Amino acid sequence: MVIEVRNVDKNFDTFKALNNLNLKIERGELVALLGPSGSGKTTLLRIISGLEFASAGSIFFDGQDAGTRHVGERRVGFVFQHYALFRHMTVFENVAFGLRVVPRARRLSNTDIKKRVLSLLSLVQLDRLSERYPTQLSGGQRQRVALARALAIEPLVLLLDEPFGALDAKVRKELRRWLRRLHDEMGLTSIFVTHDQEEALELADRVVVMNKGKIEQIGTPEEVYDQPATPFVYEFLGNVNRIDCTINDGKVHLWGVQVIAETQDGGKCPSGTVPGFAYIRPHDIDFVEKGTEHAVPAIVRHVAAAGPTARIEIQIEGIPNFIEADLSRKRYLELGYKIGQNVFVSARAARVFPASAAE
Amino acid sequence: MRLRINPITETPAVKFTLLGIGLLYIALFLVLPVVAVFNEALRKGFGAYFVAISDPIALSAIKLTFITAAIAVPANLIFGVAASWAVAKFDFRGKSFLITLIDLPFSVSPVVSGLVYVLLFGAQGLVGPWLQAHDIQIVFAVPGIVLATIFVTFPFVARELIPLMQEQGTEEEEAARSLGADGWQTFFRVTLPNIKWGLLYGVLLCNARAMGEFGAVSVVSGKIRGLTNTMPLHVEILYNEYNMVAAFAVASLLASLALVTLVAKGLLEWRYGHELGVART
Repeated sequence: MVIEVRNVDKNFDTFKALNNLNLKIERGELVALLGPSGSGKTTLLRIISGLEFASAGSIFFDGQDAGTRHVGERRVGFVFQHYALFRHMTVFENVAFGLRVVPRARRLSNTDIKKRVLSLLSLVQLDRLSERYPTQLSGGQRQRVALARALAIEPLVLLLDEPFGALDAKVRKELRRWLRRLHDEMGLTSIFVTHDQEEALELADRVVVMNKGKIEQIGTPEEVYDQPATPFVYEFLGNVNRIDCTINDGKVHLWGVQVIAETQDGGKCPSGTVPGFAYIRPHDIDFVEKGTEHAVPAIVRHVAAAGPTARIEIQIEGIPNFIEADLSRKRYLELGYKIGQNVFVSARAARVFPASAAE
Repeated sequence: MRLRINPITETPAVKFTLLGIGLLYIALFLVLPVVAVFNEALRKGFGAYFVAISDPIALSAIKLTFITAAIAVPANLIFGVAASWAVAKFDFRGKSFLITLIDLPFSVSPVVSGLVYVLLFGAQGLVGPWLQAHDIQIVFAVPGIVLATIFVTFPFVARELIPLMQEQGTEEEEAARSLGADGWQTFFRVTLPNIKWGLLYGVLLCNARAMGEFGAVSVVSGKIRGLTNTMPLHVEILYNEYNMVAAFAVASLLASLALVTLVAKGLLEWRYGHELGVART
């Protein structure tokens, strides 16, 4: 199913939850709506599902306006953040619900319902728990019941609201992989909401980064991570150092030396000398020999070396804020930095915005 | 090993003292009066007891009480569910005003509630002349008693359900809708099973009060023997006539109804305790 969101607005009283949103999702895509709380991502998901209606604009399913269609008629499987399992029903009855409420003329026979439910339960590996009640299940099991229940109505679109939010890290990873496989095997079009950038980058074909009711950027995980379109995306995706600098006719001066940096929309950059700020990823900070071009002196302030990369906090002379730098474990062991040591650093790559671009 | 003692556990002396105070209090204020009622009712033996309760006037009072409850309880059941549904699942203007209104019968003295109906429907009341012209009798007749009872027992079901439904939220209903259920299916298959225990409790309380209501009913009833006397009113009349055995016999019937209600609730909880536990978590 191709899903198109056209010029959608959503107002709650005076609060603008969504502001003129446009988005097209292709058949078979797995898309993440990523943003902080209050960015409107859940509202957008609910509007696509039909649980909520847009104040203006429309939603198209395969080119047809879905605006008049009620949630029950859209063939969407919705997985709720807290699962919303029917607490008085067994796992079996939860999954069977969507099949039992079909008008009698189109309803499957009891034997067929049973067959379908059991095959779904085995798909989510819960066949042994079919007679349990939701309260007797773990979080991960509940999540899988919620998925099986949503899949029972053979949806064309699967919508998931913070699907892994309430689970612990290990279960979350397993379910993520499992969901990806399920999505591919069933040929669904899926959208999930998350505030966890790692989850979005790992799982999704495309990531929609949202902030304050607007879309900041749409792109593949590599695109949004490597080429963030706005300062917001930079700060929201991954760790980043934000450093004040000056821009002089397109040339960037950082820590008192001129660096090679890509300025955002060079053409739009005001002429003359203007203040700006640069984003440098921790892994783009290079430790170099004294006297290397663009190198500046710094002091090691903190070292956290557990794990595959070592994180070193350094302080550039005369700048109060610490800067984070990542080193591979191998390189860290070679260099053997200690707290208080004097080092020289340079920025391998930086992205610079004029101060006027800040929100 | 003093450190092993659970910090919120009290010494046996404190435990037994607290328990003792609790039991004594219950015995004094709950058990003793009930025992006294039955004791007084049976003071002259079972014969006198049965004569008292099989008296035609007593029987008519019993019948009227049942009729009143049979109308008031379902009426408030439907209203209570509808009101709690509206309050808990939707946002609308004047919601807090509605909640306040639902509470009104609790805060107004029953006598005042009764008087309001007399003022409205009585001979000198607002719509009294119109009613008289159309030969409709409300005050000093069964309709007035039913109306006053409905008013007084109005909040029980809604009060019980609103917090329960608010706590349960709307996610399950939304899930049902997204799976293709229509409004009624959602209500009967999802909402109602989730609230059934609260609903049952509200209905039991509502029923107990409907049968036992005195103040409001006494104002609108006119206390016509054999016609507009409910059980509580009948008890009062017998008592004022110093007919102690008969008064307490009817009173014991009222008390028995309350006890039966409690036992029924206990049995249901025992029988469906598992589901109850599920529903409450």
